[in-house]
Amino acid sequence: MTTTAPPRPAAAPQPPARPSAGARAWGLWLRWWRRLTAMRTAIVLLFLLALASIPGSLLPQRSLNQNAVRQYYADHPSLAPVLDRLWAFDVFGSPWFAAVYLLLFVSLVGCVVPRLAEHVRALRAAPPPAPRRLLRLPDSGELATPLPAPAALDVVEEELRVRRYRVVRRSGRDGSADPAGSSGMELSAEKGRLKETGNLLFHLSLLALLLGLAGGKLWGYEGSILVTEGRGFCNAFQQYDTHSSGALVDSEDLTPLCVDLVDFQATYEEDLTAASFTADITYGGPDDEGVPTTIGVNDPLRLDGDRVYVTGHGYAPRFTVTLPDGTAFTDVSAPFLPDDQATLASQGALKLPDLGAGAEDQLALEGFFAPTGLMQGGVLTSIDPRPLNPQVAILAYEGYLGLDSGLPQSVYSLDASQIERGRLTEVGGANLSVGETLTLPDGTAVTFTGVDQFAALQFSHDPGQVWVLTAAISLLTGLLALLLVRRERVFARAAPSPGGGTVLSVGSLTRGGGESATSFAELTGRLRAALDERSPTPSAPSPGGATPEPEVPPRDR
Amino acid sequence: MTVDPSLAQLSDTLFSIAVALYSVAVVAFSAQLAFGRRPVRQLVPAGGGGATEEVPAAPPRSDRWGLLGLAFTVLGAVVHAGVLVTRGMAADRLPWGNMYEFATAVVLVGVVAYLVLAVRVPALRDIGAFVLAPVVLALVATGLFLYTETGPLVAALRSSWLAVHVSTAILGFGVFFVSGIASVLYLLKLRSDARGAGADGSILSRLPGAVTLDRVAHRTAVFGFPVWTFAVIAGAVWAESAWGRYWGWDPKETWAFIAWVVYAAYLHARTTAGWRGRPAAWVNVVGLAVMVFNLLYVNMVSTGLHSYGGLD
Ligand code: HEM
Repeated sequence: MTTTAPPRPAAAPQPPARPSAGARAWGLWLRWWRRLTAMRTAIVLLFLLALASIPGSLLPQRSLNQNAVRQYYADHPSLAPVLDRLWAFDVFGSPWFAAVYLLLFVSLVGCVVPRLAEHVRALRAAPPPAPRRLLRLPDSGELATPLPAPAALDVVEEELRVRRYRVVRRSGRDGSADPAGSSGMELSAEKGRLKETGNLLFHLSLLALLLGLAGGKLWGYEGSILVTEGRGFCNAFQQYDTHSSGALVDSEDLTPLCVDLVDFQATYEEDLTAASFTADITYGGPDDEGVPTTIGVNDPLRLDGDRVYVTGHGYAPRFTVTLPDGTAFTDVSAPFLPDDQATLASQGALKLPDLGAGAEDQLALEGFFAPTGLMQGGVLTSIDPRPLNPQVAILAYEGYLGLDSGLPQSVYSLDASQIERGRLTEVGGANLSVGETLTLPDGTAVTFTGVDQFAALQFSHDPGQVWVLTAAISLLTGLLALLLVRRERVFARAAPSPGGGTVLSVGSLTRGGGESATSFAELTGRLRAALDERSPTPSAPSPGGATPEPEVPPRDR
Repeated sequence: MTVDPSLAQLSDTLFSIAVALYSVAVVAFSAQLAFGRRPVRQLVPAGGGGATEEVPAAPPRSDRWGLLGLAFTVLGAVVHAGVLVTRGMAADRLPWGNMYEFATAVVLVGVVAYLVLAVRVPALRDIGAFVLAPVVLALVATGLFLYTETGPLVAALRSSWLAVHVSTAILGFGVFFVSGIASVLYLLKLRSDARGAGADGSILSRLPGAVTLDRVAHRTAVFGFPVWTFAVIAGAVWAESAWGRYWGWDPKETWAFIAWVVYAAYLHARTTAGWRGRPAAWVNVVGLAVMVFNLLYVNMVSTGLHSYGGLD
């Protein structure tokens, strides 16, 4: 397909004697640059990029699942740190991954820019002159006609123009005489330059897409939070349970937006497949009256550059804790994280650090929540994700929770080290249905009063997104033009035939898939017919009595 | 949206019938190869010159086997389509919500792509056995290992993007499937040609020529590549509304990207000196391996957001 190599910049002029160090360095640079921007290098880089992303899919990645990485550390204590040093858990942010795509990027720029300049020139230029040895082209043949040369070429030109070729006529190679002694007349025609346009559009879009991707990563951020019905959050990193942000994000500069969760509904099919999640929310600036709307799976809230998603849901059991002195903490709740998406069996912890006077008077409940509980062999399990019969199995702890110890701890579980150290001790446990109470040895009563739903909400800001989508669409458009359009060039040269009349040599060069031989045969067939039509007396024998030469069938088939 | 059990049952029955029909087609195509005309040069006195000339053998019986194979393939494809239609009707949704349905649909696209090619390029009818045998294997494996009861879709899949993204992915995959087989056959053919096994009547000698196989592989890949590109883009658009980001290097996304890169490399290799022919064909085979790996490994072993396989 590629019979013409894309032109390369001319070689650096070599001074005749002792090239200066600068010239030598320049020569070396040019050589490397050419190597880097060769198509072959691009293939190798493409493969490297594919290879480089494989570990990212086989090993746990921090960006996807922190817990899986922690688990990997636990399972392979000696291997994991080595892998970690090689960025194996952050493959897509690693320097070596970046090196591959930056090289590919440079390689792309290096090969697209010269081609772009070349193509712009070619768009304005006439089709190239016919090759000297026309009959060596893959599709070529000769046609004899009694018409004089200019008239014969007129026929060819007309036929090609009907087929929407751009046609130029030239008087012959460099105006110089042919070996035969007479200067021939020739014609060049071309169509399908859209192929090259598509090619450039495709490769340029690829560049644009990479830029958009990188920009989105640098200036984008994401935060996730669990919000119980009736509560809300504002867009600030301190508020999120987890967040990640690009290197150029200024945390002072986040979009001022607050979201309140009014109501959450999950609906299920008969076989308990989750059918839909919808969250009724209100949103607006921190001081604004919120605007009500409903969001759901596949249906986020979209604001200018920002989106708010529902990514999951679960339950937050509510407890009322009454101290021996009668002080009551009514309906305190904490989200319990689902372990099992099918039944929403969940685990979590409720921490109450501010019950009494001292730091050691803290209380915590840790345990298991079942939206539809069933006791099986003395163990509480959940059999349905809907809150048909909510039950909890909790253990109560008293002592010091370690919340202000300076070390971060999960909101969904207790700090095991405080329990090991004996600063937090188990003081009771029970399985409770709604309304039931667990009374602790010191007289504190813990009542399971009900359950709220929570929604996992995610706030995303990606300024590159629309850019990337636009690049992707133009990439696809370019690809279609590149793959579907065929670039065809047809050349013809007329030479007087020794026996009188004219011999037309016709050749064509096709780039792009498909059968070029059949379309060439069809073209020459039409030319034959048109030439015969124009001939003064089609059946008249040529001077000398010879019958007109039969058409030479296309060669190379 | 309840499941209609009798339609679901019918779908499962049709699945078995389709496998049976394809198996008959494999037998017929194999018979065509076994009893087929041997491309032995027959010496026929031509004109008065006594020169020898290669002429096609008399109307070959083997062609009847070939036509029978094609007929059973068409029947099989109709029943195969019925599997998906009845499943879709049973659950009242598009029939590609889990791996079993996805794989079944991919294989159907492969069969249809083969049929289209066989109609347009008669020489390709001869590769029927080589297409249909992997088809039967793939379907049996799908039935045995991926089977999932008819059921409703989980919430994340309830989107019109399911139709756009998954159907184009199926189309691209099915076409790549045929392309990959053509490249494998091309490589085998090159090897047998190199050994001079052309005229010994071995099965490979009855394949279409290496050039035809290579061209079929390339042209199907040229068709498949933009389709796959579109499927990946549509997937990204869907991910943006379903998962909160358009691209997150989820394992499925990563492997879709790897496959895309490999096919781009294949298209490049076909036009790069030093890579044409055998190396390019190997790249295409790697591409198919990546696609199959993506379907099986990523759905069954790794856990990502794409885990809608329906296998627990
Ligand atoms: C240094 C980098 C690159 C160079 C020099 C390059 C060059 C070219 C050239 C010259 C063609 C036209 C082939 C022809 O029609 O004869 C082409 C086609 C193509 N390029 Fe690239 N390319 C580069 C990178 C890429 C990358 C990174 C991708 C995608 C991942 C890509 C995808 C394609 C595709 C799909 C085609 C169509 C192949 C066909 O015509 O069948 N290219 N490229």
